[in-house]
Amino acid sequence: MLRFVVRRLLQMVGVLLVLSLLVFVWLRSLPGGPVSALLGERQTEARREALEQALGLDQPLPVQYVRFMQRALQGDFGVSTQVLPGEDALDIFLSRLPATLELSFFALVIAVALGIPLGYVAARRKGTALDTTTVIFSLVGVAVPVFFTAFLLKYFFAVEWNLLPVSGRQSIGLDATRVTGLFVLDGILTREWDAAWDALKHLVLPSLALATIPFAVVFRITRASVLDVLDEDYVRTAEAKGLTARVIRGRHVLRNAMLPVVTTVGLQVGALLSGAVLTETVFSWRGVGQALAEGFLQKDYPVLQVLIMAAAAIYVLVNLLVDITYALIDPRIRTR
Amino acid sequence: MSTQRIQPAARHGEPLLAVRDLRVTFGRRGEEPFRAVDGVSFDVRPGQTVGLVGESGCGKSVTSLAIMGLLPTRGNTVEGSAVFDGEDLLSLSAPQMRDRRGADIAMIFQDPLSSLNPVIQIGRQVTEVMERHQGLSRKEAMPKAADLLERVGIPDPTARLANYPHQLSGGMRQRALIAMALACQPRLLIADEPTTALDVTIQAQILALLKELVVETGTAMVMITHDLGVVAGLCDEVNVLYGGKIVERGDRHTLFARPRHPYTVGLLNSIPRLDAPRGEALSPIPGSVADNLPWDSACAFAPRCPNALDVCVRQTPQWDGDDVVGLRCFNPMAVSR
Amino acid sequence: MTSETPQPPPGRTSYADRRKQRLDALAAASADEEGGVSLILSAWRRLRRNPVFLVGLAITVTFVVLAIIAPWLAPYDPAARPLLDDIRPQSNPVPGPEPGHPLGGDDKGRDLLSRLLVGSQQTLMVGVLATLFGLLGGVTLGTIAGAFAGWTDSLVMRIVDVMLSIPSLLLAFTIAALASSPSQWTLIIAIATVQVPIFARLLRGSMLGQRASDHVLAARSLGVKPHAIVFRHMLPNALGPVIVQATLVLAVAIIDAAALSFLGLGNPDDRRPEWGQMLGAAQPYLGQEPHLAFYPAACIIVVALGFTLMGESLREALDPKTRR
Repeated sequence: MLRFVVRRLLQMVGVLLVLSLLVFVWLRSLPGGPVSALLGERQTEARREALEQALGLDQPLPVQYVRFMQRALQGDFGVSTQVLPGEDALDIFLSRLPATLELSFFALVIAVALGIPLGYVAARRKGTALDTTTVIFSLVGVAVPVFFTAFLLKYFFAVEWNLLPVSGRQSIGLDATRVTGLFVLDGILTREWDAAWDALKHLVLPSLALATIPFAVVFRITRASVLDVLDEDYVRTAEAKGLTARVIRGRHVLRNAMLPVVTTVGLQVGALLSGAVLTETVFSWRGVGQALAEGFLQKDYPVLQVLIMAAAAIYVLVNLLVDITYALIDPRIRTR
Repeated sequence: MSTQRIQPAARHGEPLLAVRDLRVTFGRRGEEPFRAVDGVSFDVRPGQTVGLVGESGCGKSVTSLAIMGLLPTRGNTVEGSAVFDGEDLLSLSAPQMRDRRGADIAMIFQDPLSSLNPVIQIGRQVTEVMERHQGLSRKEAMPKAADLLERVGIPDPTARLANYPHQLSGGMRQRALIAMALACQPRLLIADEPTTALDVTIQAQILALLKELVVETGTAMVMITHDLGVVAGLCDEVNVLYGGKIVERGDRHTLFARPRHPYTVGLLNSIPRLDAPRGEALSPIPGSVADNLPWDSACAFAPRCPNALDVCVRQTPQWDGDDVVGLRCFNPMAVSR
Repeated sequence: MTSETPQPPPGRTSYADRRKQRLDALAAASADEEGGVSLILSAWRRLRRNPVFLVGLAITVTFVVLAIIAPWLAPYDPAARPLLDDIRPQSNPVPGPEPGHPLGGDDKGRDLLSRLLVGSQQTLMVGVLATLFGLLGGVTLGTIAGAFAGWTDSLVMRIVDVMLSIPSLLLAFTIAALASSPSQWTLIIAIATVQVPIFARLLRGSMLGQRASDHVLAARSLGVKPHAIVFRHMLPNALGPVIVQATLVLAVAIIDAAALSFLGLGNPDDRRPEWGQMLGAAQPYLGQEPHLAFYPAACIIVVALGFTLMGESLREALDPKTRR
């Protein structure tokens, strides 16, 4: 088991190294490049060269990469040029991270808490109205662009019916103590129940919007997987042993059916990261996704570098955790 | 070993399981209902081993699943009766049937790998049936599970308890499945093609083990197979199924010495020797099950039958015999041989 | 007892491996079929009576036909601004419905219905071209990997694996953002690039299945030249799962295009409308004039759903598991 984890950690470092190289080369091989973005249209050759020298951009690419990696390992990814000029790129990421973590966590909880039970029930009642309805809903869920789901939720629940806040993470003028930067958790830790409730209300719509696609995918995989497992010979063996329905469901069906679902949940973190870019923009949620969206639009390369590599690192890390979980429930990987 | 048993007593005892006029119809929505088992009747007496023999699709597996109450409920109808120990299994409620399965009647399946849960340790899969039916805790059941594994010939049984199915070989897995089936000393064991998925040499080992165990424990057994070679070594009574009906029945010696039904003869001519490659089995019978005629107006085997007469395609042959010996054929093979 | 050999352990299974395995399993689904033509025929027999497929097909056909005849159907030039005079920046920034303009106009006084109709052309083009480029790239890489095996295979597949380790939409955003000036083409290329590794993996898996199949072995033993084996025997029969994936990618491409437009990474030139772009442009008016967003969004959803339904039922029809 330890060897398995170590091997996967090494693989992860390898993937991240290749990624850093790719990100670096791509970002620097653009026409115009970061200098054009910094100086805009009114650039003279002299100013351009001066700035290139200051940024170390006159060196050959391999040298630039080594320097870049040296500084990166010290946490220095450069300074934002456009989104928050002068601000340290890594600081921007770190200050935005809790907001995105909170949002993604809630979205994932919604997707899993709805997707797995519904998928199971739909499989057990295959062909019934409930099954058909949920399957259609999940197909439509995938066909709706994330930001439009966000639009819809915002338009009806916030604008038209005024049930929930339109945007942001907390009400204006609310003075809450910050501990972790996860607003709901902060409110609970400091026993400022008003603040926690306020933060929770702000979370509902964005996390619902973000949850649609992961929900649809988790639901469909669960359903398909349960259907597969119900057909398995070992479920028939369990029935032949006269085990109670509860034991068969829990010990034999669900445990096996969860194997592909665990992997899928890990892969959905990718959908969450992409979706956060869109959802955070619609709800003015000051997280990593919104910073990414601004970075894309304004071509703020230092910020993009940090955010994309961090996003990829998170994705790879989460999937490492998923692999370990998978190994814990599937002995075929653990014991060999 | 089996010759040590007193044949007459076994034959005249009350049947442990009496299957009468079992009919199973698969009816899928939008499809013609299909009768997989068409009026099957047979007896199993205590300690007796009864064979159900036929090609795939003849209804032998469906028969066993119907008796065990393991057929999917939706779209299927099961009629007739299967009286086990004075109780009709087919009319039991689902929870009552759960109490019987694994305790009084156990079953072994064809593919030992897919029949074992891949993510649960062997020991747990053996103990869970004892926990369920004997009220033991897992701790109490573990040593018993080790004993069981030892009894089915698994070396180093205590260590094997913690193994997962993928860590065992095919033969060991089938032994583990047999241990699970025998855990609660069932009175009836249904073995559905228990050796088909195994290598030839291991087939022989498993058959020898089963034979030994039924003699030792006095468990009655229904052996389902397409392989008359399996039947020859194991069964006291043999039922030959074709197209969902029993076409011939007899005790092993009579059936092998003087087969009457042309289908039985075909099966006998195609017994593979243990050293022959698998898959060679039934080629001597021309045609396939797909050629079947409907039983309600003809003999289903007629299109493939070397002895077929005109009457065979115009009339249904009736069962001529009783619950010990019988035949369903208009033009059987001559008795003298 | 010595003759009983333990099962070989299952392969290493990291998340990426399993994502790969899923693709490979999908690919293998076609490998046991006799050939491409019989595969399609037998799938069609199953699909003909599948209502899900028929609904998807109906939506898709309607969409394609509409896109073709849109210029004749649209009452106005989508770039003309016949409703410009109705715009009152303070009270009425978007002209409402009126005779001759059943859906009203957009924020620049252009006829909304005409823009929706003509917009189907650009949307179809984005979807088809992005899928086509992704398919071409993926088929090229997959064929190289699947045809040569060995180190070529390893190299190509390592590149593909790194690409698969980045969340796909995020990768598309990044690629689109790298372009110095966004246009319809950068959008198409961004979406297409993301699909390349998926197609490559699918095709390679199904090519490997073909390598081992009887008809390829037969062709090889008859002395058929290697390139003829690859192009005449392996490739045509390996395309089944790739075609299914292409149908699903059409839906993804249309949805992703909308997302890119929404972030401002799409085509800034709105004289030739595209649904995703219209949806992005409607963003500032959501509170007051939600219909500006709802119409293009509804079109995107229905069309994406059409392709998805078709793709999913195709996949089901080709899946040997459900065929039993």
